[in-house]
Amino acid sequence: MTGAAKPVGLHALVLAILLALHFVLPDYHHGVLARVLTLATFALGYNLMFGYTGLLSLGHALFFAAGLYGLGMPMQHLGWSAEVALPFGIAFAALLATGVGALALRTQGVAFMIVTLMFAQAGFLTLLYFNEFTRGDEGFVIAQEARSLFGISLADADARYIAALILFAVAMIATLILVRSPAGRVLVAIRENEERARMLGYDVARYKLLAIVASGAMCGAAGAAYGLLFGYVGATFASVQYSILPLLWVLLGGAGTVLGPLIGTAFMTYLIDLGSGLTDAYMLLAGAALVLLTLFAPAGLLGEVRKRWAGWLP
Amino acid sequence: MTVAASGPLLETEGLTRRFGGLTAVDHVDFQLFPGEIRALIGPNGAGKTTFVGLLSGRIPPSEGRVRFGGEDVTRLPAHARMARGMAYTFQITSVFANLSLFDNVALAVQRRLARGEGLEAETMAALDRVGLAGRARQTAGDLSYGHQRLLEIAMGLAQRPRLLILDEPTQGLSDGEIEGFKALVRDVAAEATVLLIEHNMDVVMSLATRITVLDMGARLAEGDPAAIHADAAVQRAYLGG
Amino acid sequence: MDFGPYLVFASLEGAVLAATLSLTALGLSLVFGVMRVVNVAHGEFFMLGAVAAWFVSALGGEALGLPAWAGFAAALVLAPAAVGALAWAADRAILARVGYDPERTIVATIGLLYILQQLTLMGYGPEARPVEPPFNARIALPWPEWGADGFAWTWPWGFGTTSYKLFVIVAAAALLMAVWAVLSRSRFGLIMRATQYDRETAQAFGIPVGKVYAWTFALGAALAAAAAVLIVPIQQAHYLMGGDPLLLSFIVVIIGGLGSLRGTVLAALLIGMSDGVISVFFSPTLAKILATLLVALVLVFRPQGLFGAKTA
Repeated sequence: MTGAAKPVGLHALVLAILLALHFVLPDYHHGVLARVLTLATFALGYNLMFGYTGLLSLGHALFFAAGLYGLGMPMQHLGWSAEVALPFGIAFAALLATGVGALALRTQGVAFMIVTLMFAQAGFLTLLYFNEFTRGDEGFVIAQEARSLFGISLADADARYIAALILFAVAMIATLILVRSPAGRVLVAIRENEERARMLGYDVARYKLLAIVASGAMCGAAGAAYGLLFGYVGATFASVQYSILPLLWVLLGGAGTVLGPLIGTAFMTYLIDLGSGLTDAYMLLAGAALVLLTLFAPAGLLGEVRKRWAGWLP
Repeated sequence: MTVAASGPLLETEGLTRRFGGLTAVDHVDFQLFPGEIRALIGPNGAGKTTFVGLLSGRIPPSEGRVRFGGEDVTRLPAHARMARGMAYTFQITSVFANLSLFDNVALAVQRRLARGEGLEAETMAALDRVGLAGRARQTAGDLSYGHQRLLEIAMGLAQRPRLLILDEPTQGLSDGEIEGFKALVRDVAAEATVLLIEHNMDVVMSLATRITVLDMGARLAEGDPAAIHADAAVQRAYLGG
Repeated sequence: MDFGPYLVFASLEGAVLAATLSLTALGLSLVFGVMRVVNVAHGEFFMLGAVAAWFVSALGGEALGLPAWAGFAAALVLAPAAVGALAWAADRAILARVGYDPERTIVATIGLLYILQQLTLMGYGPEARPVEPPFNARIALPWPEWGADGFAWTWPWGFGTTSYKLFVIVAAAALLMAVWAVLSRSRFGLIMRATQYDRETAQAFGIPVGKVYAWTFALGAALAAAAAVLIVPIQQAHYLMGGDPLLLSFIVVIIGGLGSLRGTVLAALLIGMSDGVISVFFSPTLAKILATLLVALVLVFRPQGLFGAKTA
């Protein structure tokens, strides 16, 4: 492929800025940004499916929570170390995504949205039902001394930021490589015109399943990392709200763009942060943003930029 | 040496498709040999599009069998048939409107390339063949209708198919464009067998080496262009006599 | 209590749920059937109906000194009308402008859900507030038993219902019949069905499709609000109360077959009755888990619904 220099340069620059921010940000924003980077990884995973493959899921909280609980439960109840629990959480999310994908992909469009919503809701309710082990809505805290990876304590703010940045960078680079690869081109082809992709000889069902599994694994990684970095595991992260939020972040930043999820997550997190200082009804902002985006900017912030000025943006 | 080399490339036996009470394709036996340019003609509603839908796997048959290259592909889904060397261009242009011409054709090329080597060269070659190489970075949706049809054909060629199915390729083209198209098909026929569904009898008569006529879902006649031209039954079917 | 009376008791409770659920789900089903869109904010229209009923009856009672029954009667008329008007406005302002695109409408109505819910939190507050039922006589039910002395009627303890609950069942049934009559007999119903059958042709015949959609959306929301007014003297009005009716309506509409009115009512009866019975024997959470999985699997393996006819 030609013209790789500009996109590669831009994304390297973004990572460099994020690294530089580590040294200059005041404590409060440093902490918020670490959270944003972790959640933006969740959004990147969601974007793989929604932005690039055109599959609108309303149940991605399930995969985030699968990573979160896949890490948290064995650490809490079986005394696993983080080194073992982290890959386990990711694998668990990928496995769940395979199962949900195999069933949900038999449907399309609106039915697909409802099926994913229902599976996620069943997962959320299951967490509440086994409240004895999961502590339900209240959740549980992972002990500080257990939250270390290869001898580095992730409870420490500096290590936490760098770990979140590494997580995000890996997910972003993986996305970039995937979408510029032949397989990524096929995913976009499926989004644009599924029947045509099929008639070019592509096994559309297999590619879609691939997208769901990759997306589930990435969201699971974000969930597992969240548990490790912030030390809290709770059923809220499996609720509908956490299926809607990644959709909102990606829509806001720009579906089918590599940097959109980061922009959307950062923007919305700060907005909600500001809003929750003013009122309990801070989700009003999320609702208004969803309606306004649907009405006026369906391509999102970066999508509009790409449309108007920078067609080369991946 | 193999059966496939000497026998038909594509063969159907008793191929039938019913929609509710309507039989759109009715026990059609059909053979297509390597190197042919076969035209499939018939009045509106004769079942032509349903028939190629059955061949390409877009529509499952109610009865009968389809063999491609000597292999029974009746149970294979469309994408698996395409992967075995069929290519299908849509009656209503169906390019990826939001992608560049390059990406459109690259999608057709990349499936057969193991490691993606030569993707760029092959893609550009296919675009060049239909005269669109200069527009490789344009968005397909911005092309004129005639150019979209050409892009569609480039995508078919880029798959290097053994069988290229063209569903009404000249519909909506100007006379000048049709002349170019005819030259292109003759050129393609050196490498691939062509099955052409076409309304324009001019195109059919000048391109086809053999013609099959469908009427009411059944095979009404088959022969070389001169024989079909003279066939009384075909005249009746078209004139409704 | 013996098993028998217990089952009858659960069925009566189930019938109350089934009655209101039929109305709520019918609203969702109408919107889906005619407009081919899924309204995720449907539960919030239900919630708004309940909150509006509280406002009307509180205002009627405190400011105007009306008796409970008059306040309630006013709420039964005003709350659905107000909610319907709001939905009409939402259709014009949002749904019409995204062209009723199925996916964008879902995203937009998710936004609408949060807007309505959070505005209610700001204006009405986080408290749950009761509405006084217009009448609430206890009705004890007898149970036949064969004892040592042969056949006799007994009155098991706690076995009974209230006149208000019976009224809910009757009122919901009456409303259902009224909707049914409107749909099958009136000109508006005919126009709605024509639009549902074929939007383009309807438009070609001069039916103002945009207006029909707006009124359908309003009617769907008003039905949810009416169900909420009926239920609010039994439950309480709370800003988060929209979640359960939304989920249950989804279940009903999907199991009944998307867009099928008869299927919707049948499924509402089935779900309402079995929910009452199931939650007596299982934990409500487990019942919900099973119900959500059932919806997902029905959509995957039998998208026409359990009662819908299979189309080719």
